[in-house]
Amino acid sequence: MDIVLEAKNINKNFQKPVPFHVLKDINFKINKGEFASIMGKSGCGKSTLLYILSTLDTDYSGELFLNNELISKKSSDYLSYIRNKHIGFVFQFHYLLSEFSVLENVMLPAKKLAEKTLKEIEFDAMSKLKMLNIEHLTKKRASRISGGEKQRVAIARALINNPSLIIGDEPTGNLDSHNSSNVFNIFRQLKEEEGLSLLVVTHDHEFAEKTDRIIQMEDGKIIT
Amino acid sequence: MVNWSVILSIAKTHLLSKIKQTSTAAMGVMFGIGAYITLVSFMTGLNTMLDDLIINQTPHIHIYNEIKPSKKQPVDLYKETQNTFNIVHSIKPKLSQKKIHNALPIIQYLKTKKNIRGVIPQVKATIFYIAGSIELGGSLKGIHPLEEAKLFNLEDYVVKGTLQGLQQNNNGIILGKGIAEKMSLKVGNRIQISTINGDVFPLKIVGFYQSGIAEIDNIQSFVNLKTAQRIIGKSEDYITDINIKLHDISEAVSLSKKIENQFRVTAVDIETANAQFETGTSIRNLITYAVSITLLIVAGFGIYNILNMLIYEKMNDIAILKATGFSGIDVQLIFMSQAMIIGIVGGILGLLVGYLLAKFISTIPFETEALPTINTYPVNLDPMFFIIGISFALISTFLAGYLPSRKAKKIDPVKIIRGQ
Repeated sequence: MDIVLEAKNINKNFQKPVPFHVLKDINFKINKGEFASIMGKSGCGKSTLLYILSTLDTDYSGELFLNNELISKKSSDYLSYIRNKHIGFVFQFHYLLSEFSVLENVMLPAKKLAEKTLKEIEFDAMSKLKMLNIEHLTKKRASRISGGEKQRVAIARALINNPSLIIGDEPTGNLDSHNSSNVFNIFRQLKEEEGLSLLVVTHDHEFAEKTDRIIQMEDGKIIT
Repeated sequence: MVNWSVILSIAKTHLLSKIKQTSTAAMGVMFGIGAYITLVSFMTGLNTMLDDLIINQTPHIHIYNEIKPSKKQPVDLYKETQNTFNIVHSIKPKLSQKKIHNALPIIQYLKTKKNIRGVIPQVKATIFYIAGSIELGGSLKGIHPLEEAKLFNLEDYVVKGTLQGLQQNNNGIILGKGIAEKMSLKVGNRIQISTINGDVFPLKIVGFYQSGIAEIDNIQSFVNLKTAQRIIGKSEDYITDINIKLHDISEAVSLSKKIENQFRVTAVDIETANAQFETGTSIRNLITYAVSITLLIVAGFGIYNILNMLIYEKMNDIAILKATGFSGIDVQLIFMSQAMIIGIVGGILGLLVGYLLAKFISTIPFETEALPTINTYPVNLDPMFFIIGISFALISTFLAGYLPSRKAKKIDPVKIIRGQ
C-alpha cells in the first residue's frame, strides 16, 4: 500500500519558557486512503506534532516523508509550495479571510498554485462547494455565514488543489453535535469516494472511534 | 515564483475593506507631497525673483577709479631705510581724478570681446536739488538710457514716463520718487539742480524712478550721459564708471581680475559685491528643503503607523495565507504593494494638490513698492520638483511599508493558529 506520510524519529524540544522535550522519537505512517485520528490529553504534544507533519513548524529533528519524498530541511519557499499543492488544512477556528467572498476564499490556494486558468479554478471551486451543499453561499462574504458553514467552506478550500492529505486540528472542536457529525460524514465521504488520506487531531472520542485508526499519544510518545 | 495578480487582488481587497484608513494614509502622503510642491515652488519663485532683481540690475563687473592711498609710500622706496621699521602718520589718499583714465579706448576694447554682452559707460556726479532757498543733496547719473534698459532692466524702475523720453530730451531728467514727493513735483515740471561748483541748470522732468529703497529714491536721478558731462563741465571722455554684463555670470570673477591688471583700475565682480545676498539665498533654500523634508517624513511615519496597525489586524489572514501555501515573500509583497498603492495614489494626488495650490498662489495679488514689476506672488513650477515629489512619495512609502511587511513575512503561523 502507498504511504502518504511517514515520520521517522521526530524529536522536538521547547527552549522557552523552560527546556522541555515535547516530542520523543515519533515514528508512524499514514497510508493512502486512510482516515486516522490523533488523540491524547492537552499538552501531550499532539498539536505540536500536527504542525510538524504539516510542514508549518520546521524546528525539529528527524525525518518527514510526504509521498515518499523527504521534506525535512527543505527551503521555506518549497515547503509553502508543498502545503499549497499537497496538504489541505482544516482548523478548529474557521480561519477564512473575512473580507473575501466564500468563492474567493475557496479559490485563493488554487490561484496561488496557478496551474489552472481562472475559469477552471472557479469551476472547481463551485463543484467543491456543491459537493458540500453550500453552493448557495458562493457570493456571501466569509464573515457573514454561520460557524458550521464556515467550517464547510474551509473544507472546500482545503480540497481545491486536490491534495494528497487533509490535516485537521480539532475541526469539530468548535461545532455542535449536528455540525460535528456533518463534518465527520464529509470526511468519511471524501475518504471513500475520493480516496483521500486524512489525519485529524481531536478530543472527541465519538469522532475518533469512527475513524479507521486512532493514534494515542501520551507525554510526547505514541502509545498505540 | 510570484503570482502578481493574486497578490494585487488580495492587496486591493485589504485596502478597499479598510477604505477609511487607506484614504487617511493616502491623504497623509497627499498633504506631504502637496505641501512640498507648494512650498518649494513658492519659495524658489521668491528666490528666483530676488536673484533676478539683483542680477538684472547689477552689473556683472563694475569698473571705476577708487580714491585710495598709494600702497607704497615714498619712504618704502627709499633704499637707506629699507631694513628699518617705518611709521607714516596721517596718510592721505593719492591725488588722482575720479574719471577712468582712457575710458573710451577701454570701452572700445571690451566691446570687441565675445564673452561680453554689453559695456555701458556712466558718469556719476554729486549735485543739489534746489527748491526755493532749500538745497537737497543728491546724486546724478549720466547714462545711455536705451542701453541701460536693454542690459539692466532700468525701465522696470521708471514708474512714470519712459526712458525713450529721456533719450529724446537732452534737458530731461528722470527724478527719484522721494525727491519728487518732497518737492511736490510732477512729470513735465522743471527742476533746478546745482553742481558743487555752484552752476545752476534747469531740467525738465520726463519721468520718476523708484527702486523701492527709500534712501536711494531720495537722492538718485538720471540724465543723458552727455547732459551729465555738460552739467559738470567735463569733456566727452570723462567717464567715472563702466558697467559690464557678461553672457556667462560665472566668468565675472576671473574677468574682473584680468581687467584690474590690464587697465590699472578697480573692477568689482557681482559675487564680491553681493556676498551677503548669496548667503541669504542659500539659507532660504536650506529652510525650504528642511521644511519640505520634515513634511514628507511626517507623512512617511503616518503610512508606517497605519500599515503596522493593518498587519496586527490581519494576523489571522497572514497565518491562513501562509498555511494554505503562500510563502513569506508573497505575504510581504501583499503588504508592500498596499504601501506602494497608497504612495502612488497619495503622491499623484499630492502633485495635483501642490500644482493647484501653487497656481492659486500665483494669482494672489502681491504689490509692493520695492518690486514695481511684480503684481502677483511669484511661483516657480519646475518639473523637477514634481519628479522629486513623486520619487520621495514612492521612496518614503517603500521604506514605511518595508519594515512592517518584513514583520508580516516573519510571522510564524503556528503561533497565531495555536494562540487562539
